[in-house]
Amino acid sequence: MTAVRRATAYLVLTACALVFIYPFVLSLATTFKPRDEVAAHPVLPWPLSPDSRAWENVLVHSDFPLWTINSVVVTVGATLLRLFLDSLAGYALARLNWRGRGLVFGLVLAILAVPPIVLTVPRFLVLKEMGLLNSYAGLILPLAVDAVGIFIMKQFFEGLPRELEEAARIDGANIFQTYWRVVLPLARPGIITLTILSFQATWNEFLLPLIVVRASPEHWTLPFGLSTLGRGGAGGQTFDYPVMLAGSMLTILPVAVIFFVLQRFFVRGIAAGAVKG
Amino acid sequence: MATGTPVAVGRPARPTATTDPTPLRRGRRRGRLHGHQGLAGWLFVSPALLGLGLFLLAPILLALWVSFRNWSGLTPLETSTPIGVENYRDLLTEPGVIRTDFAKSLRNNLYYVLGVVPAQTILAFVLAVIVNNQMLRGKAFFRTAFYFPSVTSSIAVAFIFVFLFSPNGVVNVLLSALLPGTVRTVWLNEAGGVVHIALRWIGVDSPPALLADHDFMGLSYWDWLSGPSVALVAIMILAVWTTTGTFMLMFLAGLQNIPEELDEAALIDGATPRQRFWRITVPLMRPTLFLVLTLGIIGTWQVFDQIYAMTSGGPQKTTFTPAYLIYRDGFENSAMGRAAAIAFIVFALILVFTGLQRLALREKE
Repeated sequence: MTAVRRATAYLVLTACALVFIYPFVLSLATTFKPRDEVAAHPVLPWPLSPDSRAWENVLVHSDFPLWTINSVVVTVGATLLRLFLDSLAGYALARLNWRGRGLVFGLVLAILAVPPIVLTVPRFLVLKEMGLLNSYAGLILPLAVDAVGIFIMKQFFEGLPRELEEAARIDGANIFQTYWRVVLPLARPGIITLTILSFQATWNEFLLPLIVVRASPEHWTLPFGLSTLGRGGAGGQTFDYPVMLAGSMLTILPVAVIFFVLQRFFVRGIAAGAVKG
Repeated sequence: MATGTPVAVGRPARPTATTDPTPLRRGRRRGRLHGHQGLAGWLFVSPALLGLGLFLLAPILLALWVSFRNWSGLTPLETSTPIGVENYRDLLTEPGVIRTDFAKSLRNNLYYVLGVVPAQTILAFVLAVIVNNQMLRGKAFFRTAFYFPSVTSSIAVAFIFVFLFSPNGVVNVLLSALLPGTVRTVWLNEAGGVVHIALRWIGVDSPPALLADHDFMGLSYWDWLSGPSVALVAIMILAVWTTTGTFMLMFLAGLQNIPEELDEAALIDGATPRQRFWRITVPLMRPTLFLVLTLGIIGTWQVFDQIYAMTSGGPQKTTFTPAYLIYRDGFENSAMGRAAAIAFIVFALILVFTGLQRLALREKE
C-alpha cells in the first residue's frame, strides 16, 4: 500500500470515527451545561460553567431509579428464562433423535422470518386475554422465548465434540444429567453470547413496554420512562436537552460497560446472527 | 433466507448412527445411548414450544382473525364484530383520510428504505474493506467506534439526534460554518419533501397539472414524488448512523472468509489491486451482501421507536410509517382491527421487497 493510500485510509476512518463518537462525547458534556449555555455553545465538548441540575432532575426528581429497578427485573427475568428454554430446545434440535424434530425446527425457522413489528397487535391480544397487561409477567414472558436464541444454541451445540456426551451416557448418566453436567459447562461461550444478546435486546426494548404497561407508571422500564423525560410546553415541543441527554447517558451506560468488557462476544453474536440469514 | 453463510459457527450434525463405535453388543448400547430420545426430545423442546406457541404463533393467528373484525382493543375481544374485509378496504381502496394516511405512510417508508438501505450497505462495505486492510494499525479501535452506536438504546440515540438536529444544534452550526448564508433549518419541523424543495430552487413552484390532477390511493402523483421530508431525512441519517456498524462487522466476517490463496494467485497472475477487488472480493461477498440487504430491508420497513420519540409522525404526517400507524390506530385511536390489518400488509410488503431483492441478486448463469 502506498503512503498516499494509507494516509487516505486513516483519514476516512478517523473522520468516520469522529462522526460516530463525537455525538456521545458532546451529549455527555451537554448534561453538565446550564440551559442557556446549551444554546450558546452547542458544539463545545465540555461545559464552561458546569452545573448538576440535569443530573439532580433525573436522579432525584424523576422516577429514574424506579425505571432502573424495573429494567433490571425484566432484563434478568427474561434473560434467565431465555437461556434455560433456548438451550434446552437448541440441544434437543442439535443432538437428540426424535420424531418431529424436522417439523419443530421448520417452525422455529418460520417464526424467525416474522418481523417483530407484526407482533405488536398479537402480543397485546394474548396478554390482554391472559390478564397480563400492566404486570411484570407481561413484560417478561413475551421476551422469554425467541427463535433466534434457539437457533444460535442449536448451531453452537452442533459445533461441540460428541465424545464427552457419549462417555457420560456410557457411564450411566441420563439425558438430562448429560445435558446439565457435561454439555452446558462446555457451552459456556455460547451461553455468554446468548446472555449478552438477550441482555442488550431486553434492556433496550421499547415497543413492548409501550403497549403493555403504558397506563401503569410503576411498571415503566428505562427506555419507556426515558421517552417521557425532558418534554415540556404545549405538545411537548420544548425540550430540556441536558435532562433528556442525562437520562440517555444513564440508559446507555450498563450496555456500554458490558460492551467494552465483553466485546468479542458481541462480535460473535453478530457472526451467529449472520448465520441465520 | 437460505443463503451462503459468511461465518459458520457450528458444523452440521453427523448422523447419529455412524457414531456408534462398536457394532458388537449393539442392541444394548443403542438402548442406553439412544433410547428414550424421542421422549427427551419432546420434553426438552416443550417449554420453548409452549412459549413460541402461546406468545408468537397463536397470537399471530388471533391477530389475523382480528384484522377482519371491528374491535377497539379496549373492550373484551368477544364484543368485537365481524366486518369482512372492511379494514383492508378502508386502507387500500375506500377514499378517505384512513387511506390517504396509509398512502402517506407507504410513501414515507418507501423513500426511507430506498435511502437508508443503499447508504448503510455501501458505507458498511467501504468501512469493512478499509478496516480489513492488513497493514493498518488501530483496527480494533475503529471497529469498536463504528459498532458501538448499534448496541445502544434506540430512544437514547433518538434523543441525541433530536439534540444534534435542534435549531441551535451541531448540524445547523456546522452547516452555516461550511456554507455561509445557509438559513438554520428546524429539521424536525420541516415538512417539505426534498424533491419538492430542489424543484423550487430551479423555479418549479407549482405542480404540473398532469401530476396534480391524478392520484393513487388518494395521494396525487405530485405528493407521491415529493421525496422524503427534511424531518424524515434527519431520521434516515440516524438510521444509517446506528446500523452501519453491525453491517460492517458482517462484511468483515465475510471478507475474512475469503481464502488468501485466491488473492495471492491473482496477484501472481498480474492482476491490479482494482481488478482483484472487483473480480475476486466483490463476487465472493455476494452471500454477505445478500444477507445485509435482506436484514436492511426487513429492518427499515419496521422503523418505529425513532419516529415515536422524535416526531410522533409529524410534521404534517411526513414521518408516518406503517409501523407508526399500527401503534397510532391500535393503541391511540382504538382501531385495533385496522392496526392488525396494517401489520399484515406490512408483512406482505416485506416479503415482496425481499423477494424482489432476491430476484435482482440471483446468480446470473
